[in-house]
Amino acid sequence: MLDKTDVEKIAWLARLSVSEEDIPNYCRDLSNILGLVEQMDKVDTGQVSPLAHPLELGARLRPDVVTETNQRDHFQDIAPAVESGHYLVPKVIE
Amino acid sequence: MAWETIIGLEIHAQLATQSKIFSGAATAYGAEANTQACAVDLGLPGVLPVLNKEAVRMAIMFGLAINAEIPSRSVFARKNYFYPDLPKGYQISQYELPIVSRGSIDITLGNGETKTIGVTRAHLEEDAGKSVHEGFGNLTGIDLNRAGTPLIEIVSEPDMRSAKEAVAYMKKIHAIVTYLGICDGNMQEGSFRCDANVSVRPRGEKKFGTRTELKNLNSFRFVEAAINYEVERQIDVIESGGKVIQETRLYDANKNETRSMRSKEEANDYRYFPDPDLLPIEIEKKIINEIKQSLPELPDAMKRRFIEEYHLSEYDADNLTAGPALALFFETTVQHSGGEPKLSANWVMGEVAAALNRENKDYNQSPIKGEMLGGLIKRIKDNTISSNIAKEVFTAMWNGEGSADEIIEKKGLKQVTDSDAIEKMVDEVIAESPQQVEQYKNSPPEKQGKLIGFFVGQIMKKSKGKANPKQVNELLKNKLAD
Repeated sequence: MLDKTDVEKIAWLARLSVSEEDIPNYCRDLSNILGLVEQMDKVDTGQVSPLAHPLELGARLRPDVVTETNQRDHFQDIAPAVESGHYLVPKVIE
Repeated sequence: MAWETIIGLEIHAQLATQSKIFSGAATAYGAEANTQACAVDLGLPGVLPVLNKEAVRMAIMFGLAINAEIPSRSVFARKNYFYPDLPKGYQISQYELPIVSRGSIDITLGNGETKTIGVTRAHLEEDAGKSVHEGFGNLTGIDLNRAGTPLIEIVSEPDMRSAKEAVAYMKKIHAIVTYLGICDGNMQEGSFRCDANVSVRPRGEKKFGTRTELKNLNSFRFVEAAINYEVERQIDVIESGGKVIQETRLYDANKNETRSMRSKEEANDYRYFPDPDLLPIEIEKKIINEIKQSLPELPDAMKRRFIEEYHLSEYDADNLTAGPALALFFETTVQHSGGEPKLSANWVMGEVAAALNRENKDYNQSPIKGEMLGGLIKRIKDNTISSNIAKEVFTAMWNGEGSADEIIEKKGLKQVTDSDAIEKMVDEVIAESPQQVEQYKNSPPEKQGKLIGFFVGQIMKKSKGKANPKQVNELLKNKLAD
């Protein structure tokens, strides 16, 4: 059973804002999902090779050719803030 | 207490493709901000990544060069974290099934011994964009031109025991990727970057100590300085009763110190999972064999050939095979030098290296080409000019005044080997310096060797450096003994 700190941590990692009163519901719902996974874990899959993708195909590769043109103005039309070609975000310093 | 240092490196090498790993946007360095970031690179809704065939081929080349196994199947995974220069909120990388599995390389240690360093794995991934912290007031500017540039991340085993070994390993990987032509190796532009995991333990102890990860090591010199600083810091912490904290530390080259970036409490929890947008890469044995056939001569093989073919020392051969441009420059020089590999090696690693260093250029940007340098060396070899005059000719060649022969002719720098002319100068100098002659004659033989330098110097001055020093010496000795 997940507790409050588990939910808070998961929410933080996903950058989701979760209200205090909803946390018990998330604890219950997420625990139920994990319970189902636990149940599936019990199936013997020793003879099954791991599946990375539901399609039984290999990747199609593209040739190394530049096909895109500069569409900066077009893309930056929908950005909240730009300056001298850069997208602007709140200051990030490590 | 005696301490042992344990080092593992993670090297990121940008692959020299024309277009990005999952999109058709250009990868050229230095373009105006965000002019090479397309909808896929920006992570706009509805886009799908399509893998670049050339990036796959280059990663396989690297794997084969380090004798690693190339698995027939390889999978991309999402590495989830939030940072403004990562538009999708995840980086497409590889986790469980990387394209290159375990391999190894040999490094040469200071004492000439060879040590094998394990490479745990190498995987394909996309680079992030760049954050610009200056020039935007209270805000940060984001340039996503670099986002989606193909990288291979090369992870070593914790096999290195000193900063010097770490640098030797890094230089060897650098040589391999540049010989293969899969990375331009430019560290200033960030094409080749390195993080170091460093820990210490009492000598003899089996268990590893707590490690820190050092970031921002963008030159060979910084790697060495940062590791040495960090080792001292960790030993100090332990010896004064403290504990090393597992954390990421940033190297500050100006202060030559490392400082904490983030500690384990906030450490990233990446929640890797297979990327549903990308199918697994399947690589046939046939393709691997084709790539194997196409590999160029690699640094180790070339080094052995230089020792055999040119009779160079291990040390010279090691230095001359540090990069493909340097090695090619050397071989071209030898071919035009009239069979003088040792003299060529000395000039390439001496005058040429110093001049290139001053102008911050690589060997393929040298104003003097190997052919021209070979021509100069030929003239030293056949006694047309002395080594000293050769340096003057070299400078003139560097400044674009022509070939060695043209400059020697134009400036009248041919060595004077005419014995009559030299004898005349010797006689003049002896006549002009009665005091020194007296002193020479009254000195014991072991001191005369030193005193003769004065006369040689005067004669060289008179001949403007063009008299053949060997002839001058012989004549002087004979005349002064009279």
